[in-house]
Order: sequence, then C-alpha cells, then structure tokens
Amino acid sequence: MDTLVSVFEENDLVVAFALVGGLMLVSGWLSKKLSRGRLHGSAVAILLGLVLAYWGGTVTGGEKGIADFAVFSGLGLMGGAMLRDFAIVSTAYGVDLKEIKRAGLSGALSIVLGVVLSFVVGVVIAALFGYTDAASLATIGSGAATYIVGPVTGTAVGASSDVIALSVAAGLVKSVVVMVGTPLIAPLIGLNNPKSAMAFGGLLGTTSGVAGGLAATDKRLVPYGAMTATFYTGIGCLLGPSLLYVTLRAVVGG
Amino acid sequence: MVLYGVAALAVCMLAGTLVGEVLGIAVGVDANVGGVGFAMIMLVLVSHWLRGRGKFPEPTEQGVLFWSAMYIPIVVAMAATQDVAGAIAGGPMAILAGLGAVVAGAALVPVLARIGSPAEPLPPQDADEKQEV
Repeated sequence: MDTLVSVFEENDLVVAFALVGGLMLVSGWLSKKLSRGRLHGSAVAILLGLVLAYWGGTVTGGEKGIADFAVFSGLGLMGGAMLRDFAIVSTAYGVDLKEIKRAGLSGALSIVLGVVLSFVVGVVIAALFGYTDAASLATIGSGAATYIVGPVTGTAVGASSDVIALSVAAGLVKSVVVMVGTPLIAPLIGLNNPKSAMAFGGLLGTTSGVAGGLAATDKRLVPYGAMTATFYTGIGCLLGPSLLYVTLRAVVGG
Repeated sequence: MVLYGVAALAVCMLAGTLVGEVLGIAVGVDANVGGVGFAMIMLVLVSHWLRGRGKFPEPTEQGVLFWSAMYIPIVVAMAATQDVAGAIAGGPMAILAGLGAVVAGAALVPVLARIGSPAEPLPPQDADEKQEV
C-alpha cells in the first residue's frame, strides 16, 4: 500500500492523466445510457469533476478540491492555470479571424457591460443582505465579476477580510454555475455561433467558467468565448476599485 | 517535427502573456489584461503566415492539435480542483450574488449578439463528433 501511494505521489501528473481518462470513459458511458447523448460526455465529466471537488474539499478542508489528496495532486497541475491557458490558446488554431473582427464591437462592448452588470447585481444583493458601506458593497460587487476582481478591489478599498472571503465565494459560485449551466441555457440564448460565444465570454467573464461551460456545450465555440473572457478580469480590476467604487461611494455616501 | 508545433504554441503563449502583463502594469492593475487573447491572435496569425509559406507541415500541426484535443480533459481536471466546498460555504449571499451575475449576463447575450451583421449557427455535429473530444 505504501509503495502504491509513493508511486502515485511521485508520478502525480501521470496519475491525473489516467484518472481523467477514466472519468471521461465513465462520463461518455453515462451520457449515452442515461441521456441518450443529449448531455455531452464532456458536460457529464465536468459535473462529475465538480462533485469530486466538493467531496475532496469537505473531506480535507482544503481549497484545491480533490487535488488536496496528495495522491491526486497531479490534477492541480493538469487543471492549473498554466496548462489550461496553454490548451485554450491551442484551440485558436484554425480560427477564422474574420469571425473575430465581425464580432469585435459587440465583443468589446460585452466585456465592459459584463463587468458593470455583475458589479451592480453583486452590490444590490449585498445591500439586500444588510451591507451599507461602499467598501464592502464594492468588494462583493467585484466578487460577482470574478473571484480575482473581488480580492483586488477589496484590498484596494480596504474592505474587511471576511467580506473579501465572501467576494471570492461569490466569484467561485459564478464560475461553477457557468460551467454547469451553459449547456442548459445555450439553446435559450442562441449560443451556437462564434459571435454569440464572444458576447457570452465577455458578459460572463470568468475564464474557468467560460472554458468549462463552452467545452460542455460545443468545443468549437471555446476560442471565441475565451478570447473576450480573457480581457474581463483585467478590465474588472481596472474599473472595480476606481470608477465603480467612486461612483458607488457617491451614491451610498461613504 | 511535432515539437515545432508545441514550441510555436509555447512561444505564442509566453509572448501573449508578457503583453498582457505589460498592459496590466501600463494601466496600473495587478492583473494580466488579455494575455491569453493576445496569444490566441498571435497563434492564428503566425500559423496562417507559416502555412502560406509551406513552413507549417502536418507533423507541426499535430503538435498544436494535440493540445487542442487535450483541452476538455484539462478542463475536467480544472473542474475537479475547484474550491466548490468554499463556494457553497460562502452562504446564501455569495450564492445569490454569483447566480444573479450569471443570469443577468446570460440574458444579455442575445441582445449583444444582435449588434452588427447577424451570425449563422455552426453546422450541427453528429453524435460521434460530440463524444470525440
């Protein structure tokens, strides 16, 4: 047993490849048997991944899902930002630049609109839960943008650490909901072409959420959605602590 | 050589990320602004240019396509390492704020997609293509 564990721990990335392979196999089978292929195998796999992450998080009390178990730590490398971004960039191969140019205006607009919209929704919800000071409201509003914008804004405006933790949680919820929900709402919002995918990426903005959600919907849409989503966090970090916070402070006063 | 494709991809990603970092510093934010997006555009331009000159043969292409095929498994690994427990532990306010932002954003997709010339849906995939990832 000890030997097995040490072999697994020493070859963590390889364990991850085998594990995800097994997960995809089970998911493909479940997709065919239970949903007759209506829910993509990849959507089922992402869902199973999230369930495992929840289980891992509750058992270990860590923040890296199932990768908090040492034998599964390779999943953290395989699913980490470096390889994720590497794979996202590779999906752009063969993309038609004309499509991107055609959706350029709505794509750019969607990013700014997406940040402002998430911020407003987050602020309103926080206000309903009894927060009145501009710093806390702005931090939770920024968290509703992405879980990176939340802490960046919170630190800049001097919010308390529990409010910053809440903003991260709001951003995580957003990313998980986008991963799970995108294939379900795709037909309702016309998410079936490069242009709407670019608008979707800009409006939702969470790179991990958009990456997972579009993968579960139609992999061909990934490069378009990722293209706009990748600007979102930067724009959010730019607007959150500055324009949005100042405007909010003028409205709620202090 | 397959590695040439992987290397081209790596150079594009590094260059794009660097541009995103510099842009972040230029506008004064502690975040990468669009690095992945710049990398994607670079990859499209560079591969298009090299292909036109016959310098991007099939094996090189395979080096890029391999990572493109690894995309979904990588996303599955990413899903399995998310702090889902943390998200749920955030309580009703965090859940409502996150959910509200998704609903509001998704509702605007059809509105924004209407700006400019209309787009046609991608051709449907058959069941095999859906499973093949």
